[in-house]
Amino acid sequence: MLSVSSLMGTATLMAQPGDAKAAVEWAEHFQKNYRLMTPEEKTEARVRLEKRYSEEYGKKVAVDTSDATPGMLMGYALNIRKCIGCRRCVKACVEENNQSRGTRPGERIEWIQVLRMERGEFSDEKMNHGYPEGLGIQVGGNAYSPAGQVLEGQYHYEPQAVPEKDATYMPIACMQCEKPPCVKVCPVRTTYREPDGPVVIDYNWCIGCKMCMGACPYWARRFNLTTPVLPKEDMNPATHYLGNRPRMRGVVEKCHWCLQRTRHGRYPACVEVCPVGARKFGNLLDPESEVSMVLARKNVFRLKTELNTFPKFFYFYD
Amino acid sequence: MLMSFVSDYTRYVLKGGTKFYAWMGTLSLFIVGMLYVFYLQNTDGLIVTGMTSQIHDGLYLANLVFLVGVAAGAVTIVFPAYVYHHEGMHKVTVLGEMLAISAVIMVMVFVFAHMGRPDRLWHMIPVIGIYSFSSMLGWDVLVLNGYLVLNFVVGFYFLYAKYTGKPVNQKIFMPLVYVSIVWALSIHTVTAFLIAVNPARPMWFHSMMPIRFITTAFAAGPALIVIAFLIIRKNTTMWIEDSAIKLLTTIVIWCLGIAIFLTMSEIVIEFYARTEHANGLYYLMFGLHGLTGLVPWFWSSVVLMVGAFVLFMIPAFRNDMTRLPIPCAMAFVGIWIEKGMGLIVPGFIPSPIGEVTEYYPTFVEWLMTLGIWAFGFFILTILLKGAIGILLGEIKFGVSPAVAAK
Repeated sequence: MLSVSSLMGTATLMAQPGDAKAAVEWAEHFQKNYRLMTPEEKTEARVRLEKRYSEEYGKKVAVDTSDATPGMLMGYALNIRKCIGCRRCVKACVEENNQSRGTRPGERIEWIQVLRMERGEFSDEKMNHGYPEGLGIQVGGNAYSPAGQVLEGQYHYEPQAVPEKDATYMPIACMQCEKPPCVKVCPVRTTYREPDGPVVIDYNWCIGCKMCMGACPYWARRFNLTTPVLPKEDMNPATHYLGNRPRMRGVVEKCHWCLQRTRHGRYPACVEVCPVGARKFGNLLDPESEVSMVLARKNVFRLKTELNTFPKFFYFYD
Repeated sequence: MLMSFVSDYTRYVLKGGTKFYAWMGTLSLFIVGMLYVFYLQNTDGLIVTGMTSQIHDGLYLANLVFLVGVAAGAVTIVFPAYVYHHEGMHKVTVLGEMLAISAVIMVMVFVFAHMGRPDRLWHMIPVIGIYSFSSMLGWDVLVLNGYLVLNFVVGFYFLYAKYTGKPVNQKIFMPLVYVSIVWALSIHTVTAFLIAVNPARPMWFHSMMPIRFITTAFAAGPALIVIAFLIIRKNTTMWIEDSAIKLLTTIVIWCLGIAIFLTMSEIVIEFYARTEHANGLYYLMFGLHGLTGLVPWFWSSVVLMVGAFVLFMIPAFRNDMTRLPIPCAMAFVGIWIEKGMGLIVPGFIPSPIGEVTEYYPTFVEWLMTLGIWAFGFFILTILLKGAIGILLGEIKFGVSPAVAAK
């Protein structure tokens, strides 16, 4: 069945063969939400995007539209005892997922944050250093050290070598919640949970209202304040429609567990690059997968469970 | 008859003295500025604002929330007029409806201003896009549009009836009025839900939000209306009775008092245990990690609100129509701060992962905000002028406006 959008798209493409970018962008304005597209419409959208991206970045860009495989439920586990805070995962993620890497504030987007926690909070000299609170009540020891509260940018620690002696590290990114608050607040249902687990965004349908960013308890979402800065030579041409394809100004983006890789049996970039093997990824429905084994045998916890978000991102320690 | 209404109305509101044209011209300058920064925001992107991925809403959402309250505040005229049959209010009800229309339009322009992709707003429209019933923003857009339509219909049907000299059809008119009263509460309640339903933001996540929104709205809204009424009394031949202004003042005092009480309750409850969930409020009142950007805002709002409340208590201010605008303006500005910058911004500080960062509105944001307010006042001036013209009988069916003006 031919839809209005496809007709309009074809018409504009035929009318202006020279200016592919403008014509394609025009047609993109009228396409449906990806979740509701027929297979034919998905193909049209894919062809349109591949044409635009290939021209824009001067190389053959593929936009994958493969669907979830039945029997697959993606899950992630991270060993916080092993993490050395080297942030190779952050770098690999930016390169794999075509994040903006400009210099102005707001042009640099990273989906993974490695939180650096001071061991000094519980150091010997602070241990018995209390103070009297109001009305004569004594507060003892380090009871009042505000743990895990830092100024903006302090997570961008730059030490000579990692791991540092007095620090522990806690990487976070999108938790791919089973009950995602971001999905509930989206007024146009452009962000939703895919059947194999990840919460994805159709960047072409997002209106940039930022409600999802307010709802996320893990600060996993980033806003494209301007057109992303993505140098041609650094652009990763293997993309997925719901994954790492280049985004546009004014839309929200976040981690999607490298759908362009994981839908084809590969590991996410962060798992692949981790030098200490702290990151594990696999099928939660398969009892033999690494992540299932971790859940079965290790001490596991999730972040902010009191909010009933049910993350599929687990932390564990040996 | 409708055609002549439109033409008489238009001709009347476009004519005015030097003062009128100077006022409208100044507003137009700001509107042009607004259009320019709107163009910037949609070519360069929201990077021209002070917003970031940490603090992704600021001045725009703050004004949006506040103006929803002003729109809802119009019900403080409609309710006494139609439910309690207050004589003085009844004569000027339509002016409140005109204020509601202007405020809702301003809210909608602020919605446009804060979005990353306003060109895709049609994605929210049912049938051609997707309307999500699970989203509070969806509900908010729905109730705001409904309120705009209701006030437009009720207000202009009344004016049209006055214009033609025929009585209004009570069977249609009164049910619409009652619906609009309840609807006014709904717009502000849903706006409170919009921000309060996020457990990710402890500063906002409490059930006091809707009632606090309503009380501050019913203080700020009528405070503005009192000022507008006094200006109308001074500059036009329209006389607004003291009884109407006094009742509105009473409503402002009560609601302002409750609003101050709610703020104090919040402070005690949050700071007694002083959990990390109180960090947002602590940042607002005293600053956090050495960052104190909002502290002057908060304390000036406290001074303005409490000061206004005290002045309202003094009969010399309350009953003196030349001094009354002072506490009204103080209450209005104080609530603008408390409900705007003082509520929206600390919700983001610290961020859910504990980052303390600050927000400074840029020139673009201030110009946009001023421009949208100017746009609102532009519309309000026209609507009030037309409504007053009809109430005074200067616009009437079969009478040429030029003749009537003499």
